Amino acid sequence: MTATETTLEQLRDAALEELINVATDLAEETIPPVAGLRETLDLDSMDLVNWIAALHRRLGVDIPELDYPKLRTLDATAEYLAARLGAD
Amino acid sequence: MTAVYRMPSLGADMEAGTLIEWVKQPGERLAKGDVIAVVETQKGAIEVEVFHDAVMGRPLVEVGETVPVGTPLAELEIEGAPPETGAAKTGEAAPAPRGTPRPMAPEQPPATKSHTEPSTLPAGRRRASPAARREAERLGLALDDLRGTGPDRAIVLRDVAEAAGKAERGVPSAERPSPRHGLDLAAMREAIAAAMARSKREIPHYYLSQTIDLTSASDWLARRNAELPPERRVLMGVLFIKSVALTLRDFPELNGFDRGGRFEPAPGIHVGSATAIRGGGLVAPAIHDADQLSLDALMDRLRDLVARVRAGTLRSSELSDPTITVSSLGERGVDRLYGIIYPPQVAIVGFGTPRLRPWVVDGQVVPRTLVTATLSADHRHGDGHRGALFLAQVGQRLQEPETL
Repeated sequence: MTATETTLEQLRDAALEELINVATDLAEETIPPVAGLRETLDLDSMDLVNWIAALHRRLGVDIPELDYPKLRTLDATAEYLAARLGAD
Repeated sequence: MTAVYRMPSLGADMEAGTLIEWVKQPGERLAKGDVIAVVETQKGAIEVEVFHDAVMGRPLVEVGETVPVGTPLAELEIEGAPPETGAAKTGEAAPAPRGTPRPMAPEQPPATKSHTEPSTLPAGRRRASPAARREAERLGLALDDLRGTGPDRAIVLRDVAEAAGKAERGVPSAERPSPRHGLDLAAMREAIAAAMARSKREIPHYYLSQTIDLTSASDWLARRNAELPPERRVLMGVLFIKSVALTLRDFPELNGFDRGGRFEPAPGIHVGSATAIRGGGLVAPAIHDADQLSLDALMDRLRDLVARVRAGTLRSSELSDPTITVSSLGERGVDRLYGIIYPPQVAIVGFGTPRLRPWVVDGQVVPRTLVTATLSADHRHGDGHRGALFLAQVGQRLQEPETL
């Protein structure tokens, strides 16, 4: 496993953990990394902003409002976060 | 002076509740608004509050018991209160908004039957409180293996907790937060069905809709949010709630309750914010005095409410106090929604999805962000003319977002 893969996996795990912290009713769900967060998991806008705020606090990554639509799935989120972290 | 604290009514659709836990013990002091107990209802486990300073007295109901609304739960010692006020009243024992005694709803006598827990259980079934039953199921524990310490040796939550080797209300572990404690979606569906059927049967609704140009509000909000860290950004839904709340100051006839056919205006503007529950179901907990809160404070309140809807820990005043409901299915893509009034409220305001659309401004067709706002209101207590003026003012306020 390359270093990049490890990082992506860690970011995905972090994203999942924070997601369950803000939407505790999902704690027992199996969340596929490619599942649409809005469509499949039925997250609403308040869940999303709470989650994004938690990611910001945890990772220090600024996520502008215009980028919210890019966080479609856990996989997409991990990639987005990796790119933002790499760019810093 | 001894009064009794009764099972509060947490909405027109509630008939009974199950006592899950006493938060206060006999002899403990209670300040107005303190949580006295946790009660399980169709809306999940609700922290119920007292509405007077008092001293906790003798409990009259055992943990695990299901009792109808209005049943005495505990004695309270109240200093200097006349005998027939406050906690001694029946039915609407939830705190009245901002300390004003709320008259009893004459059309809502305390219900006498319980849907949630039959008093006699089928033979061969262990006696257990619904909360204990579900918790045991969640933890994969067989009821037959548990020792019951409740009434008639029924299994109550603390028995399940003991068997599971953890404290009853311990802090949920970080890696495994407890999901919606005690929420029974089937019971909630029944409760919603009862309330909505009553609404459609009894309330002559009138419906209005108005298209609002949201361009300046969304531009203003985008600029504001761009400068702020994610945790301080505000959602458009908050602007909707604030504009409705401010406008209600001029339309008191839409903010209050139907009491047996007579309108009773509410002293405060407590906006119920409709929140969908994943898996089905809906609650609309109150944001108290929404007209007096800044956008930031409103956002914080809404954030907190949604988090507690998810966790299943709402408070009694949040369920019983809304004086109007605002529903935005904004993100789900519908153009507009016509809400059904939640009795005894008399109005519900709906917002559809804001979208970029062609619109005529100064004789030119231009792309603008538009939203459709709707009002469903009780025709017994007002007419469409005032309703139209109300929607127009909501739209006007959204043209000047910096004043919200």
